[in-house]
Amino acid sequence: MLKSISKTFAAIAVISTSLFAGSMVAQAAGGGEHIEVQDWGFKGPFGTYDRDAMARGYQVYKEVCSSCHALEHLSFRHLGDKGGPFYDAEYPNPNDNPVVKAFAKDWTVERIDQESGDVIDDTAIPADKFPDVFPNAIAAAASNGGAVPPDLSIIIQARTGGADYLYALLTGYESDENHDGVYHNSAFPGGAIKMAPPLSDDLVEYADGTKATTEQMAHDVVEFLAWSGDPKMEVRKKVGFATFLFLFIFALLLFMTYKEVWKDVEH
Amino acid sequence: MSGHSTYEPKYAAERWLDKRLPIVRFGVDFMGFPSPRNLNYWYAFGGILTLCLMAQIITGIILAMHYTPDVDLAFDSIQRIKRDVPFGWLLQPMHAVGASMFFLAVYIHMFRGMFYGSYKNPRELLWIIGCLIYLAMMATGFLGYTLPWGQMSFWGATVITGFFGAIPVVGESLQQWLLGGYSIGNPTLQRFFSLHYLLPFIICALVGLHVWAVHHVGQNNPIGIEPKSKSDTLPFHPFYTMKDAFAIAVFLLIFALFVFYLPDALGHADNYQRANPLVTPPHIVPEWYFLPFYAILRAVPDKLMGIMLMFGAIGVLFVLPWLDTAKVRSMRFRPITRWFFIIFLVMGFILGWCGANSPDDIAIPIGEHGMSFKWLSRIATLYYFAYFFPILPIMGWIEKTKPLPESITKAVLSGDA
Repeated sequence: MLKSISKTFAAIAVISTSLFAGSMVAQAAGGGEHIEVQDWGFKGPFGTYDRDAMARGYQVYKEVCSSCHALEHLSFRHLGDKGGPFYDAEYPNPNDNPVVKAFAKDWTVERIDQESGDVIDDTAIPADKFPDVFPNAIAAAASNGGAVPPDLSIIIQARTGGADYLYALLTGYESDENHDGVYHNSAFPGGAIKMAPPLSDDLVEYADGTKATTEQMAHDVVEFLAWSGDPKMEVRKKVGFATFLFLFIFALLLFMTYKEVWKDVEH
Repeated sequence: MSGHSTYEPKYAAERWLDKRLPIVRFGVDFMGFPSPRNLNYWYAFGGILTLCLMAQIITGIILAMHYTPDVDLAFDSIQRIKRDVPFGWLLQPMHAVGASMFFLAVYIHMFRGMFYGSYKNPRELLWIIGCLIYLAMMATGFLGYTLPWGQMSFWGATVITGFFGAIPVVGESLQQWLLGGYSIGNPTLQRFFSLHYLLPFIICALVGLHVWAVHHVGQNNPIGIEPKSKSDTLPFHPFYTMKDAFAIAVFLLIFALFVFYLPDALGHADNYQRANPLVTPPHIVPEWYFLPFYAILRAVPDKLMGIMLMFGAIGVLFVLPWLDTAKVRSMRFRPITRWFFIIFLVMGFILGWCGANSPDDIAIPIGEHGMSFKWLSRIATLYYFAYFFPILPIMGWIEKTKPLPESITKAVLSGDA
């Protein structure tokens, strides 16, 4: 009888905790606008990023997004990090990676001239950060109809709905009709967005021959931004699995030790 | 320490040391501490909490080596930790998720104490020290959540420090003194970082007192009667060290699930946006472990009243030992009060649910307009306080409790413990 009470107590605690957690998750997922859940390869306990899609996504970012959106937390060398889109096992130091070096060259950064002390423009090297697009938020707003284009390096983490939300946003335009620079987007909270439809079919030309439909480009750039927001996800999940395996066996051994120690004690 | 020492130094060196600094004796007696033989897994949370505190301090000290408490640099330094600091990708989520795990464990530990009446004579002070630890944990958790300087950090801190402004007469100057200015800014972030680093060591000192107190009065147990003979107890080591070790391993599995696979599940997307004093997030919500108190705060329209209720909800825990008038400790022998306790637990979850939602949204679609979260939180708040007064004092006087077993050993052997 008494045991059953304590079991009831435990059951209530467990059920109410899971209900609570469930309502929290539902809370987090709810946003009003319709966001379709996509089947991303990086989801799940063994999920990994699609390297080809990430590489194409970088091209979309470079040729389309980067005219307004920065990647504040990324340096060029990150592209060649282990797990990054352009990692090459031959170049464990990403600063030596020729692909990354070539990409960095596409960008201009400001430096202090070491002789005159003047601010000069220079081509970037892998160790540089992706440069800011606008000098400050006021300038960004002034050039974009009053809306500041957000940083994209952690945009997946910074939006409820994450990758699904961003994909829905990029594919959520029905037309490029607008009223004073405000467009309709079915995924954006409130439906009125100041970003003009950024993608259209065949906007970029993929080197690997993939057809650049709006959906394909949206998918690829989301894959790239998912990596840029959580670049250590793959190693984290790998270490996580090993930790689980270890803890599970360790817990089993501890349980057997506990039973052995207690075997002569009635309880 | 209770009971006399069982330590006998075997070697000359041990005797030499024992005469001058009986540290080995202290350790042996500490680990041999007689513990009731009927402790269940709910009693493992003391050990689990010690581990949580140690984990937070160790990860925190390393993170502090890489973190920059400056309004322009704090947000970036967290990203830098996660991207470029060796194992930063592991330490940062361990610390952030660790805070949630710490609170999860402390809530279970507190509810366990409430169910088995562990706050009753002679354990009132043990309970009160525990409440102080909880209070210091809340302060530490709040200060720590400010440090990443995201949108929720900034606006959560704005809301919470705003409470002090509602105190009559001294409120405004008190608030300015706490913030180091008229609004939250760099001086606030720097002092919050300093205090966030300080408080865990105060918690350590309080935990020392808490453990000292429990060693002095002895542990309570699920049937809530004191050990009477030697057969009622077992030495803490190896019996409970092994049982606790197993429980800790299981707890770590849950911890690891969040750290490795759901590191952001307990946080808020808005905190991945840099703090912006000019943009207020649509819903300002605290971390999950503060949600019930947040719901109590918002249950009444008056700000000062809400704050008094919120602090009252924590304050009432301190006088719980005197509000519960029952002589019987464990709810196992209190057939009616037990149900009041279970409702109390459910109300706690309901308050958390209310805290996560907008007060005017509909919680339960009943009646013509449905019940809003505001009204649901009012009902739950009323019950929260009613449980402490008058339910507990009255039930203590009128409830007919079930007969208590003669001893722990008898209860164990008859399968009732």
